[in-house]
Amino acid sequence: MTNHQSAYFEFLCHFGDNALILGHRLSEWCGHAPSLEEDIALANTALDLMGEAQLWLGLASDVEGHNRTADDLAMHRDVWDFRNFLLTEQPNGDFGQTIMRQYLFDAWHVPTLTALTSSIEKSIVEIAQKTVKEARYHLSRSRDIVIGLGDGTIESRKRMQSALELLFPYVGEFFTSDSVEQQMVKEGVLSNLDNLRKSYFEEINKTFSSATLTLPNIQFSQKGGKTGKQHSEHLGHILNQMQWLSRAYPDANW
Amino acid sequence: MTRPTVDEIWQWLDQVPDPEIPVISVVDLGIVRSVAWKDDLLEVSITPTYSGCPATSVITIDIEALLTRHGVNQFCVSQRLSPAWTTNWISEKGRACLEEYGIAPPQFVGRPKRCPHCYATELEKISDYGSTPCKAQWRCQICLEPFDYFKCH
Repeated sequence: MTNHQSAYFEFLCHFGDNALILGHRLSEWCGHAPSLEEDIALANTALDLMGEAQLWLGLASDVEGHNRTADDLAMHRDVWDFRNFLLTEQPNGDFGQTIMRQYLFDAWHVPTLTALTSSIEKSIVEIAQKTVKEARYHLSRSRDIVIGLGDGTIESRKRMQSALELLFPYVGEFFTSDSVEQQMVKEGVLSNLDNLRKSYFEEINKTFSSATLTLPNIQFSQKGGKTGKQHSEHLGHILNQMQWLSRAYPDANW
Repeated sequence: MTRPTVDEIWQWLDQVPDPEIPVISVVDLGIVRSVAWKDDLLEVSITPTYSGCPATSVITIDIEALLTRHGVNQFCVSQRLSPAWTTNWISEKGRACLEEYGIAPPQFVGRPKRCPHCYATELEKISDYGSTPCKAQWRCQICLEPFDYFKCH
């Protein structure tokens, strides 16, 4: 692969892997959520993300040109090949923790997909325009529930505050740039994300203030997922469960 | 065999039901985007409603089977993403079919206009999501029946 191809491939995997891993995490709730409506809602969000993952990984497979399909990329890569944010692979915890993880992700997902709608790559624009509509719906729901549970009972507020403290250190990774991203910005594939951090914090500060939650005062951030250099131990367990069937029976068909 | 016209083919496609909401056709749902002959090859393009909707692949198979039944042998059914599907493309006929079936059609304001059973306007939301990606759950406060609402997208 040329330098452009390999950076472009990794860039697309980053978007595909975020959707795939978070979608898989959400699907773990199927049959276990606190109410039937929430069960259905989480499964539907997972389904949207799976659809998004198929689109990004499908494009990644075209760019790579090695006859690896989107399914091959999802099911036959290993931990070190994945480019998802560490946040997306964190365990579900309780319902509040799952919703907090979702909100922190959605608040990044919507403006980033919006930025991708002005990419110079037509295929990226098409996927971004399609999926941003779904992501907006996710954001409006996860924001509502964060506010509802934060500004809820003493117990629900306590749980949302601990979820925020647990997950906030994973947010910093959203705003780290690497050589892949810098090249994509240079080539016009990705528009400049300088304002992303500012608008992200405006969004979450407003929500947490309505939710009566306090943003932890920490500068430290966990990173290594986006570059694939250091995933948390959780990703291996996810892949183990997600990939075993297609690895054990490579020709299995639905 | 004489080649069927594009208009005839649109009429055939209007008989293909959506796999998950069989009262509405894939044409009324706005999924079929174009039908055109390219020499002897018939090209049909369809667009997914939601990116993860499992009905999309079933719709492709249903359209292929329909064309074969009508004796069209050379065809290509392809998926197109852009412009992204919107509920604005659901036809008036489609909206009426949905309501008659018990699914409130989408509204710009983001909430159903009336109960599809008793037409009352006192409604409450049960959940933003429903049995398929395109629906939410609402309840009528007058007849107390829960019902599906086709989300505005």
